[in-house]
Amino acid sequence: MSALLALAQLRAVRDGVAQPVTTVRHCHVADRPMVFVPLKLAGEAAAPLGAMVGTDPEHPRLLVVPQPRNRDLRFAFAGELAEVLLPYVEGFGKTTETVERKSGEPYERCLDAPQIVVPNRPAVAFTGLLGRSTRFRRADGPYPVHPSVPLLGRWLTYFADRSAQPGSSLLLAATEALGAHWATGQSGLEDANLAALLGWIDPPAGMDGRRAAEEAEDPLLWPPAGPATDPGFDNEVLGPAIRAYEEAPTARAVERISEALRTQLEPTWRLVWRAVELLRALPEGSRVGDRWEADRGSFTRFTERIAEGGPPQARRDGAVSAAARLAGLERARAAYDVQRAYDDPLVMAEYRLSGEAFAGVVTAAEPERFEGEGRSRKLRPLVTVRTDDPVRLAPGTAVGSPDRKGHGAEVVEVAGGEVVLKVTKGMGRGRTPAPGAVPEPGERVCYTSLTDDFQTSAALPDPEETPWTHGGPPAEYVPDDDDAREEWA
Amino acid sequence: MNRLLDELRGPVPPRAHDARAIAALAANPGCARRAVLDAAGVDKDGTARHLGFPAPFGQSQFAITRGNAFEALVKENGCAELLRLLRELLGLPVAQVGYQDVENVGSHLRASHTRALIDRAVRDRDDSAVFYDHPLLGLEIAGHTSYLEPDVLAFQLGGRFHIVEIKSFAVIDGQAEPEKVAAAARQSAVYVLALRALLEDLGHAPERVSHDVVLVCPENFANRPVATLVDVRRQLAVLRRQLARMTRVDRLLEGLPPGLTFSLAPDAEGVPTRSAGELAEALSQVPARYAPDCLSTCDLCMFCRDEARSCGSTDLLGRQVRDRLGGVAGMSEALGLAEGTVEPAEDQEEIAGVLRLANRLREECLA
Ligand code: SF4
Repeated sequence: MSALLALAQLRAVRDGVAQPVTTVRHCHVADRPMVFVPLKLAGEAAAPLGAMVGTDPEHPRLLVVPQPRNRDLRFAFAGELAEVLLPYVEGFGKTTETVERKSGEPYERCLDAPQIVVPNRPAVAFTGLLGRSTRFRRADGPYPVHPSVPLLGRWLTYFADRSAQPGSSLLLAATEALGAHWATGQSGLEDANLAALLGWIDPPAGMDGRRAAEEAEDPLLWPPAGPATDPGFDNEVLGPAIRAYEEAPTARAVERISEALRTQLEPTWRLVWRAVELLRALPEGSRVGDRWEADRGSFTRFTERIAEGGPPQARRDGAVSAAARLAGLERARAAYDVQRAYDDPLVMAEYRLSGEAFAGVVTAAEPERFEGEGRSRKLRPLVTVRTDDPVRLAPGTAVGSPDRKGHGAEVVEVAGGEVVLKVTKGMGRGRTPAPGAVPEPGERVCYTSLTDDFQTSAALPDPEETPWTHGGPPAEYVPDDDDAREEWA
Repeated sequence: MNRLLDELRGPVPPRAHDARAIAALAANPGCARRAVLDAAGVDKDGTARHLGFPAPFGQSQFAITRGNAFEALVKENGCAELLRLLRELLGLPVAQVGYQDVENVGSHLRASHTRALIDRAVRDRDDSAVFYDHPLLGLEIAGHTSYLEPDVLAFQLGGRFHIVEIKSFAVIDGQAEPEKVAAAARQSAVYVLALRALLEDLGHAPERVSHDVVLVCPENFANRPVATLVDVRRQLAVLRRQLARMTRVDRLLEGLPPGLTFSLAPDAEGVPTRSAGELAEALSQVPARYAPDCLSTCDLCMFCRDEARSCGSTDLLGRQVRDRLGGVAGMSEALGLAEGTVEPAEDQEEIAGVLRLANRLREECLA
């Protein structure tokens, strides 16, 4: 939370509509995402009640569990979900490109990857739990399930795990993706309500954001976006419908439950698609493609792992892989923050506010300036920038600039609204700087101490060398019969 | 002071606080309105309803059924399953366990019965373990004794007690939803405190009640229970502080206009005799400290939010935002400082500078 964001929120309140907090979009929006809106039974960890899923906003597939406590019906649900989700996901594994590497063998990478969009963070968690409760099942043995069920479980687990990676867009929560681009006139807690959030961002004609958000809090007008259902709906509509089904499990009883769930799912289904459209309409940031490429790489590796018959993801990470995972997430977080700032002046403004970046106009430049003698003689142009920003960079600090790729400089002096920089990188191989490599007087420039090259994390041992203090080397997780049989009550 | 509190509540019986309500007291310690209403035992839920601002705290029948079923399972056969779990968890060589259901006596006797049982347990010090189900514990809140009817058990062995709380949220591969665990810990702390108070009152050492409470939850996706020890020392400290603060409620009361009341006294039809307008007017005499967290902890949240909106308070956006705005209370004031239309007061120079810079940066980037 920064003063900039707080200010955007104040404006949202005054103008009655959400305010942009970015100038570009920072997540990937697929051409053909799959929207998944799950509902779960209240009081249960992962008992699916129903879901709307599909890639066509006009034709959602409605999945229903008429008696959510019934194990067979749950697996039937998982099987149906697999029928929709697996062909979608697997479709992307078929077309690949060959990627050349500077060092090492070239490898194959999928040209595109699936993208699943759910309403909110709890739906991501539920996706993970649904994955956890299905991935160890087996098609043979004492409690056989359809072969697609464990496969579905592994994919759902993969998507949920991957969504913890900052900057990944394989599984998006609509509230979070929207919240990263707009500030509303309500609190973060209230922003977790998708209908209210969209009410601020895109209020219906003739209504202001606050009114729209207020209306969105009425569960009769806007059912909760799940996975939790509205208790009133549970008690007055769903409860009696499930009891009727228990008394007589007829097609009509199922239909009654389906219709009830449809009323709860359909509004959210439309909202999620609305969110997708709003995000799509924003111009894409220039580094979004790179991150999506990393997503495609990750997706390709997981596809291969499945094709090779690797085991399902373990129940828990071993000590080393847990530490490696955490370190990886931290690096991804830092990289994502820097990339966004480089892509987006409004995000960079946060760092200008805190003094870690500044923007201004070049007042003087000395492009053909050298330092040192003989062989160590180096090209070191000086550039003076006039700025109104409160610069808090010590002399000697290395800085980069979103305006020039590969360009690097060092702070020489900061005084009286002027910053003197010494250019150190990105001038080409010639005796004089390449054309355009050194900013010229009159040019507007921006510099920051944020850089994209990170220290590599402290080396972690390989999993096989886990110290005994951390439980020793993990046994490779081999799911057993108990896993396959595990109760799902 | 009690007379004053009775007056505030009006001629209706004081509302008992359940552990959830007591635990929630610590949620917004800075709110005078809530402190006064709770000290007086005002029915906040009823108040909110009468004001036309009911809190959105419904409970699903499915969740209730599931909770009851799980609890019944754990307590089956005189808590046989629970005993097995505790034996493993606490490493106790317990062969036999007694089971005392305090609910078997009439409700008017339960408090004294609980008292007698606990007293005997400490004195006899025999080696048998005993579960006390449905104990009725009292806790003094702002001069009133509130009775708690925990759906928890006290477990006693050799004169040491553990609070056992049964919750129906799942622990999956060793992890549960952190907010739920936190809420359970806050609630259990209330019981620990109440049981300690009882021991102290009986002249025994309060430390006989362990600060490690036993949380029993279903494991993974099945109904099989699993027990975990949760250290609630931190929650105890917060709770004590808050309760101490409420006993100082007299200072909050001093400033209130004489004759002030939040009475919900009903007429013959059971409808409160006072109009919602009058009640709202009375409430506005006690300053609130709205925060978005109220939306999940306090029955009056919708009313207080509405009030915060009508005065354009920065509280609406959350504590973090308010802090970022240097504590400036009004949204239009903060915006005015940012846009240079409001002259900063002496102590606002710094925040005004930051806001003006933020404003310039936004304009520049969005131009
Ligand atoms: S809802 Fe109102 S009374 Fe309750 S804690 Fe918040 S501000 Fe205080």
